[in-house]
Amino acid sequence: MNSSVILSYTTFVYGMAAFLYIFAFIFKKDFPGKVATWVAAVGLAGNIAGFFLRWIESYQLGFGRIPLSNLYESLVFFAICIAIVYLVIEQKYKNRVMGAFTFPLAFLALAYASLSPNISDRILPLVPALKSNWLIVHVITCFIGYAAFTIAFGVSIMFILRQRPESEHGLLARLPRPKILDELTYRLVLFGFLFLTIGILSGAVWANSAWGRYWGWDPKETWSLITWFVYATLIHARMMRDWSGKRVAWLSIVGFGAMMFTYFGVNLLPGLHSYAATG
Amino acid sequence: MTQNESSENPTIRIWEFFASVKLTVALLLILAVTSIIGTLIPQNESPAAYINAFGENLYRIFLFLNFFDMYRSWWFQLLIILLTINVVVCSWERFPKTWKVVSVKKPKFNVDRFKKEPAKVEFQTEKPIQSLRQDYQSFVCKKFSYCRLEETDKGFVVFGEKGRWTRLGAYIVHVSIIFMLVGSLMGSIYGFEGFVNIPEGETANQIRLRHTNEIYPLDFEIRCDSFSVTFYDTGSPKEYRSSLTILEDDKAVRQKDIIVNDPLKHRGITLYQSSYGSLPSDSLTLRIASAENPSGFNFIKKVKIGESIELPDDKGTFIVHDYTHSAQFGGRSIGAAFAGILNPKEGEPVQVIMPVRFPHFDRMRQGDFVFSVQDYDQIYYTGLQVAYDPGVPVVYIGFILIIVGCFITFFVSHQRICIEVLRSGNSSQVMIAGSSNRNKLGIKNKIEKISEKLQNSHQGDSSVTQMKSMTT
Ligand code: HEM
Repeated sequence: MNSSVILSYTTFVYGMAAFLYIFAFIFKKDFPGKVATWVAAVGLAGNIAGFFLRWIESYQLGFGRIPLSNLYESLVFFAICIAIVYLVIEQKYKNRVMGAFTFPLAFLALAYASLSPNISDRILPLVPALKSNWLIVHVITCFIGYAAFTIAFGVSIMFILRQRPESEHGLLARLPRPKILDELTYRLVLFGFLFLTIGILSGAVWANSAWGRYWGWDPKETWSLITWFVYATLIHARMMRDWSGKRVAWLSIVGFGAMMFTYFGVNLLPGLHSYAATG
Repeated sequence: MTQNESSENPTIRIWEFFASVKLTVALLLILAVTSIIGTLIPQNESPAAYINAFGENLYRIFLFLNFFDMYRSWWFQLLIILLTINVVVCSWERFPKTWKVVSVKKPKFNVDRFKKEPAKVEFQTEKPIQSLRQDYQSFVCKKFSYCRLEETDKGFVVFGEKGRWTRLGAYIVHVSIIFMLVGSLMGSIYGFEGFVNIPEGETANQIRLRHTNEIYPLDFEIRCDSFSVTFYDTGSPKEYRSSLTILEDDKAVRQKDIIVNDPLKHRGITLYQSSYGSLPSDSLTLRIASAENPSGFNFIKKVKIGESIELPDDKGTFIVHDYTHSAQFGGRSIGAAFAGILNPKEGEPVQVIMPVRFPHFDRMRQGDFVFSVQDYDQIYYTGLQVAYDPGVPVVYIGFILIIVGCFITFFVSHQRICIEVLRSGNSSQVMIAGSSNRNKLGIKNKIEKISEKLQNSHQGDSSVTQMKSMTT
């Protein structure tokens, strides 16, 4: 069995977990929620196994390298990070309702990697520019940050839904209280911001060792800085007392949009180089 | 902030404007939005390309707004300068207050304030107050960098705290931004960036600057001893490697092989492997085989490019007329190749492609002969990026400071604890409360853990356990 096959099964398992979380939320059942946690954990194990198997496979092909160098591999790693961050928070906050709003994102990341016809899962050797330890640090830290922002996005959506007066009754009343959601969004953003900062800066160090410039206003760099500006705004906005949690939640959603554009959208811009910049 | 009492004095008004976090939020958002422009409009292209894309009128407007080199435009730089002034003024304004808090030698504690904290646990224990005093004091002193025991009328209180200094974290972050901006300014004033192509075996002592295209002399010479490129089986490049020697006054002072991501640094100037190419090869060893019987007759001859040779059996003439470093076939790169023209005795001249790596390529043509390259002298040149940026260390200090500062501000907090013990008959009434300048949930969990630990430590004593089950 090769890594792509394991990861396709994992996609299915993640889909199951996401479905169970949503089911448990809508029908107010505890048991499917508990099952969802176990299914999610199994999915995570499969996801991690697929990652490491792919690493081994690259050695068997004769050019061993950590699988973090193209869109497929980054999505696989992204899904791992989302699942870990989510499961840690579920344990900490003892709340599975969040799973209904955030776990589907782990499923979507992996489903996009496995099912999209535009994304190749071939294992290719590294071109010279990508052979750098800084690049490994860069990719790992960026995606840990991205995962935190992704969960923060789901939590912000919950906040906005929960914060409306009519949410006192019915389905939405099952969501955690707005104050908790607001606090959680902020903590996730702080965590993500630290990792995004390390990610951007290690990318700069890499660029300096490869091309002799640490910053070049390349669109990908610029968009990561835009994302960073948005979250820096959020961090400061929370210090102003007249800014409600709602605006902070919206900034978290906008920041997530900027992050997604940095990740996927930049390639659509005119006249640029792609994910695997070669120089 | 201090809006309601804002003064009439314009200097104070300006100061207050720059001391406000509202300005920070506004500037950060404006920077985020305006930065998008330069990613939608490709930067630093030729005017013709822009006029073609946007039309004459839009071109004029965009040019006026500096949209074609916007990250270096006056208005974008101004935004960054405003943010810098903002961060300096804001930190300056607040630092004295923070310093006053941080530099306290004997912190004040107020038991009644702790009683109102949400992170609070109360329990009763059978142990007499004297035996608790020693335990609790040593516990708090072990876990907190500062601790103090105070006697009260009905018992005692232990206070402890740690991480007071972490209140400086945000200042570390803000100082780091100044480091990065000063470093990048140093780079743009004193640094340069250029490139040079050096053929194998040759020496260069000047480079061409990137932005101005001017020639810039170096005070040393760079010799390219050799260049090599290797490929994976898939055909994608594996490694570019240049052997470089640095010469000063015609003496070799340094030698190093550089590859992408591993540059050579000499006198602060760094040489990066950036591109390569090959000089047109002017001769090759040609192999001509009969198509019907490839193993039969073989004709090997050293020829120069442009030289015409007679084919065997009076079949016509052949000229190798061209060399390209990377030829394309069917949309794929087939690497270095020579091209020739076959002039048969009868019929039209035919184009012949001879890729160096695929000696059987010419069989596809199905002619009488199969032409291939037996050997040739490949001369490469290496393309070096040459950069001097004295600001890099300053910028890197900024990088380290911002990471350290963010870590401290986000994840290390100023934590305070208060354990009050009151005598109540033979047993003791204990209150443990804590506060933290951030992460309220974390301190709550911590206080609960501490109280569990302290209660468990009594359980060695059987009477306590009994009493506890009685009281609960
Ligand atoms: C891009 C630049 C900036 C970054 C990355 C940044 C980052 C931070 C961080 C991480 C914190 C700590 C937040 C926390 O306590 O959780 C902070 C606090 C703060 N920032 Fe900034 N900041 C920037 C620019 C500014 C500017 C321009 C100002 C000017 C007004 C400013 C004013 C403040 C203030 C007043 C605090 C609170 C300090 C405290 O609690 O002691 N920041 N900043």
